[in-house]
Amino acid sequence: MTLEVNGRRYELSAADLEKPLLQYLREDLDLTGAKNGCGIGVCGACTVLLDGAPVKACRLSLGAVAGRALLTIEGLEGPAGPLPPLQQAFLDAGAIQCGFCTPGMVLTAHAFLLKTPVPTRAQIRRAISANLCRCTGYQQIVDAIEAAAPHYRT
Amino acid sequence: MSTLKEPCWRNDGRAKVTGAARYTDDLKAPGMLHAVPVYTDYVHARLVAVHTDEARRQPGVAAVITARDAPGEVRFGQIIRDYRMLVDDKIRCHGDVVAVVAAGTRAEALAAARLVRVEAEPLPPLLDPEAALRPDAPLVHETHGSNVICTHHVRRGDVEEGFRESEFILEQDFATQFIEHAYLEPESGLAIPRDDGVMEIRGSMQHPYSTRRFTAALLGVPLTEVEVVGTPMGGGFGGKDDTAAIVCARAALAARVTGRPVKMTYDREWSVRESYKRHPYRVHYRMGVGRDGLIKAVQCRVVADGGAYCSVTPWVTWRSTVQCCGPYLVPHVHADIYGVYTNNVFTGAMRGFGSPQINFMIEQLVEMAAERLGLSLLEFRRRNMVRQGATTITGQVLDNHVVSLGHVLDTVVEKLGYEEKLQRCSRGRADGDELYGVGLAISYRGVSLGAEGVDFCSAIVNVQFDGSVLLDVAVHENGQGSEAAMVLILAGELGIPRERIRHRRANTSSIPDGGTTVASRGTVMGGGAVVLAAREVKRKMAAVAGECLGCAPEAIRFVDGRLEGPSGAMPFEQVIREMQQRKQYAYAIGVFQSPTVSWDEATGQGNAYFTWVYGCQGVEVAVSRKTGKVRLLGVVAAHDVGRAVNPALVLGQIYGGVAMGAGYALTEDVLMDGGRIASLNYDSYRIQRATDLPEITAVIVENPDSNSPSGAKSIGEPTNELMAPAVANAVYQATGRRYFRLPIRVEVDHDA
Repeated sequence: MTLEVNGRRYELSAADLEKPLLQYLREDLDLTGAKNGCGIGVCGACTVLLDGAPVKACRLSLGAVAGRALLTIEGLEGPAGPLPPLQQAFLDAGAIQCGFCTPGMVLTAHAFLLKTPVPTRAQIRRAISANLCRCTGYQQIVDAIEAAAPHYRT
Repeated sequence: MSTLKEPCWRNDGRAKVTGAARYTDDLKAPGMLHAVPVYTDYVHARLVAVHTDEARRQPGVAAVITARDAPGEVRFGQIIRDYRMLVDDKIRCHGDVVAVVAAGTRAEALAAARLVRVEAEPLPPLLDPEAALRPDAPLVHETHGSNVICTHHVRRGDVEEGFRESEFILEQDFATQFIEHAYLEPESGLAIPRDDGVMEIRGSMQHPYSTRRFTAALLGVPLTEVEVVGTPMGGGFGGKDDTAAIVCARAALAARVTGRPVKMTYDREWSVRESYKRHPYRVHYRMGVGRDGLIKAVQCRVVADGGAYCSVTPWVTWRSTVQCCGPYLVPHVHADIYGVYTNNVFTGAMRGFGSPQINFMIEQLVEMAAERLGLSLLEFRRRNMVRQGATTITGQVLDNHVVSLGHVLDTVVEKLGYEEKLQRCSRGRADGDELYGVGLAISYRGVSLGAEGVDFCSAIVNVQFDGSVLLDVAVHENGQGSEAAMVLILAGELGIPRERIRHRRANTSSIPDGGTTVASRGTVMGGGAVVLAAREVKRKMAAVAGECLGCAPEAIRFVDGRLEGPSGAMPFEQVIREMQQRKQYAYAIGVFQSPTVSWDEATGQGNAYFTWVYGCQGVEVAVSRKTGKVRLLGVVAAHDVGRAVNPALVLGQIYGGVAMGAGYALTEDVLMDGGRIASLNYDSYRIQRATDLPEITAVIVENPDSNSPSGAKSIGEPTNELMAPAVANAVYQATGRRYFRLPIRVEVDHDA
């Protein structure tokens, strides 16, 4: 069994399959961008993209995602140089405070904009409604996603 | 669309948006153990014994630690040393910790923790603060001699005379709920015993120095032997002081006992169970109002549930005392405020700090008074609210800053279209299901600690020989963008690009204790210290530049990376090189001491705060007659911040405070069941989602304050003290009913 994470393929042992995905990412792969905020799949801080769709890594076992492709926040940007437009928009709009929800929020927004490159603000709000943020009141997060949307129109 | 004139900047932005920022639980140390707490199911019980033998024998277990293993003091606290970092005598609430298990993996630690056996004799739990006040009530802390943590008073004028002058007296009871901070990141602490003998702490906390004090006390070592290093942290809102410090201290104790690094990361349920909450208040108000439309007298009795430990209850309730009449002129005041021990979860600092409760009440009372008088809601407020040169209920004359209450009120009234919308409110009648209402609330707020504490802070500006600058400030980056604000203030003072300045991570060994980053004091106190340090560095640099340029040092200006005199200029870097040649450092520590305040505990009179901020928030709601659900349609908030150092982040504070305030008004409630918290996670404790909130219009009002060297004042907390009354007033306009308990649960109209 294998799992693809950010374009790299990892071998999974039989013992790995029971392991929670979030624990595997954070501890085995040291990909700590996905956070554990609630452990019950409600807060969205552990959001990663599974074959392009947002999922809660705290509620999945490795066995449930084996053979598929994952994208984490670490896989979104290149090693150096300018940030991708969505992340730059988060910075520019002031959409980041404590930053704990940010990786999950960015990934959810990325998946949403790929599908919906001309969103309304109401659609944006619905798209991120499963990602909790306690700092920002979401206003500047919605601003950021709206500002980044044109970059997803090809 | 965003209304920002220029893109936001924060020094930690890139790390946070790429996932590179390492929060405490993201860190690992070689040989690191994992520690977990051991709770009991008691709410109140005398501890007989903690049996750890079986747990110690489990695979991977390195230590099972109880109060007996602490070389120092398990009892600590910011005001009263009543908190047991590990229980040594009595279990006083459901969140009390009797032991800590450290093991090679978290799973091993968790498995062993289940085998710790506790012997205890149950005692009847004391859960009602009014019952706790009765003379025959059992004591939560026997040595304290009473369940009263603190009392505060205001005695101004003669309240009976005020009531005699009144046309009528409003009398009303109010009650508010326990509130969870709900920071996204649960507590985490990593303790590393260093080879120099120092215990290094990385942790999610908003007060490194408090963490150092708790840790040094538990380890029984001087403050120098503990070094707390700043680490990105996932939200605090006042909630990461005591409990967060205690988690770090326990990790340090486990590290001391085992000689290995120990990480202690809380899961959400432990965090909610153990961490302190916002105080529930029960208040009885009497407000006497004259025929002339003026408030004549206010009498109130406030009982705040402090839970099992004191924490900062005396300070929280003190702010409630000073602000117990809201931003209104009242000639006769008689207020009694009590903080009370119970066996509930303990309560302490939370964004607002004693004002959200009071404002919820006062801002409804003034509307009830206006309506009874037949005066408009705005006119009644305008007649009674503080204005330039006014004297507050504690005898403080508001003449050393711009009193902008009228301005923020007018701003919201205009931007919201309040007066026109008020005419359209349903008042319980509508054709369809939804009732419409609009409401607003105003407040003033004393800046920083006021007479509740000693208020000073330092900053170190250290220009390197290449002209780059290290900045160290004794306030903490809680996520609010404190470091970015400090850098921007310094860049402005030195006239250099912000990119030339590196804000050092907080380190308790590198700069004196600057007090906790609470009370919306970070920017005003830290920024003040930065300005003073910068002035001293500039004085030194100007002396050298003046000599080189042949002018008086006083004539030198710092602009665009240069030091300019009347007839010539030198690049900033060149002046630094010149100083190096002369064996001089461009280095200074700035210490900002808040201007003097005063307080008389017996009468509740004094200059409580050195300056004040003013805010107004208005909201439109739709209320479903069938379900009672309140939907927010729009919010306008205006706040005077003195000077907005980083406008995008000031707006962020307003939006975030509005959201949190909306939760306080409508959805958030820590459900208690016999002293046990029933809502332990986000599924049962409902904070606002993006779809719960409307578009928010935030207006920054700037009146730079001469009491603050940077001109900046406060914004974090004022934003979170107005939504509950604004929503309550809007719900009243929609339904025709007033709600005096939080959260507001609208009664369903079964005939609808």
